[in-house]
Amino acid sequence: MTRYYGDGGLLDTALREIGAAAAAALPGAVTGFDIALGELTVRAEAARIVEVLRFLHDDPACRFIAFVDLCGVDWPAREKRFDVVYHLLSPQQNLRVRVKVETDETTPVPSIVGLYPGAGWFEREAYDLYGVLFDGNPDLRRILTDYGFDGHPLRKDFPLSGYVELRWDDEQKRVVYEPVRLMQEFRNFDFLSPWEGTDYVLPGDEKANRAG
Amino acid sequence: MGADATARDFTINLGPQHPSAHGVLRLILDLDGEVITRADPHIGLLHRGTEKLIEYKTYAQAVPYFDRLDYVSPMNCEHAFVLAIERLLGLAVPYRAQLIRVLYSELTRIANHLINIGSHALDVGALTPPLWVYEEREKIFCFYERASGARMHANYFRVGGVHQDLPPALIEDIRAWCDPFLGVVDDLDRLLTGNRIFKQRNVDICVIKPEDVWARGFSGIMVRGSGIAWDLRKAQPYECYEDLEFDIPVGKNGDCYDRYLCRMLEMRESVRLIKQCCDKLSSVAGAGPVLAPDHKVVPPRRSEMKRSMEALIQHFKLYTEGFHVPAGEVYAAVEAPKGEFGVYLVADGTNKPYRCKIRSPGFVHLQAMEFLSKGHMLADIPAVIATIDVVFGEVDR
Repeated sequence: MTRYYGDGGLLDTALREIGAAAAAALPGAVTGFDIALGELTVRAEAARIVEVLRFLHDDPACRFIAFVDLCGVDWPAREKRFDVVYHLLSPQQNLRVRVKVETDETTPVPSIVGLYPGAGWFEREAYDLYGVLFDGNPDLRRILTDYGFDGHPLRKDFPLSGYVELRWDDEQKRVVYEPVRLMQEFRNFDFLSPWEGTDYVLPGDEKANRAG
Repeated sequence: MGADATARDFTINLGPQHPSAHGVLRLILDLDGEVITRADPHIGLLHRGTEKLIEYKTYAQAVPYFDRLDYVSPMNCEHAFVLAIERLLGLAVPYRAQLIRVLYSELTRIANHLINIGSHALDVGALTPPLWVYEEREKIFCFYERASGARMHANYFRVGGVHQDLPPALIEDIRAWCDPFLGVVDDLDRLLTGNRIFKQRNVDICVIKPEDVWARGFSGIMVRGSGIAWDLRKAQPYECYEDLEFDIPVGKNGDCYDRYLCRMLEMRESVRLIKQCCDKLSSVAGAGPVLAPDHKVVPPRRSEMKRSMEALIQHFKLYTEGFHVPAGEVYAAVEAPKGEFGVYLVADGTNKPYRCKIRSPGFVHLQAMEFLSKGHMLADIPAVIATIDVVFGEVDR
């Protein structure tokens, strides 16, 4: 048996063939692929994600029939700020693939529950935590956060402490929600070495750059 | 209730404080008489925002969060995370550390299956097995404590190896524990496997056909119980599983009973692995350091810090700033006792993860609750919940 990770050539060759086959079969839908750390990443067009996954699912050389994972990643600086990342597994070829598409807050991504019923809750989770919309998911409710929760907590602009906290109110005999009040200001220390490329403006720095 | 609803249709709310819900599962069940027509699990009652918290912690500080995911098999969760970081760093783990990791992963697997079998038996009416299994689990926790200092939340696996070497006496004690433990497994076997009530409650319940497993994302016992020999330890081996001998038990009918049998056999296989690890650890081949010698990542030992100024500075830097992980993304998965536990890690070159997605097997399996329980009786629900082996730490994250 070949070593799965770190066998260098063999694994990468197999993955490169799959990536190239997908790119050749679906020009326009697959926008590129790369192989890093022994893993294949296929970048695809969000609107045609179902086509891409169907190819990976059906093609006899791929047979990525096992659904593994779906998740969102937030890149707020980008125009299309979200990545939706799919992980699939081919038990037959013993290979994994990662497919990535980009989207924003308003553009829905076609749902893949028709192809992989196991993706349903993962799409709900990505919707709950990031606000990514999925078109065609029959049950796109919130899943992990509280009933009646507002906001998408895994977005980079959502504060770690959140906005509301809850407690049991013994007088009203029910749980009440209140704005978060911290006894001490939330401290997020930045321990990055100052000589390794940080870009703070320390008080007094402006003097060095001042003209004259 | 709709106009066409008859007196036989009703909806019940099971949980979130129900002893057979294995934690905080709230299950909305639509029934036709006693037959389930719809099951809608509500999860998230134990959601702690682990993924968000990890984005605010350095890599080393994030490891203890993984103990608290699947708190019935803590070390397996740590394992996936440290593997992901090591793959991004390109860090090789010394052989002795690999053996210790396998040894403790397998001990954890046994602890997890014991709890599962015990509570499964309890849920379908047997009172003795949980008492027996907790006794053995207690012994495994003592081995945990002697290695890491903690009985449950070990924080023992570190990037580059494990935190401390095992004392020789501990290895001997683990070896001495193996055979008496197999006796306990035999006792459980005698009590449950042929038991008429246990069979009535489990045979032909929640049958999963082999063609259904993949698209639903099943893994682990849920796949093997249906007769598919798929185990990441064999298929995509990590650590030193390649050098060790073990078999993968598979079921035949894909029902709750077969999955129970798989768990029993898997415990025996784990004992085989533990024995091999103990032998190797006490041989010359298994001697050596338990942490990689890369001081950009691995903190110096405390004894060095007492003498060397550089070691002290190094320690301070690694425990405040932490180490930097080169930008990139990786998905690392281990065969956890419940199935494939994976970590998708996106690094941006700083000392904190940019994104850490935790792929837990329980989440996927619980999702299929409706698929698994539709058409079954209400009384089968405890058997279904037990057989998919849910732990809400990892489902809700």
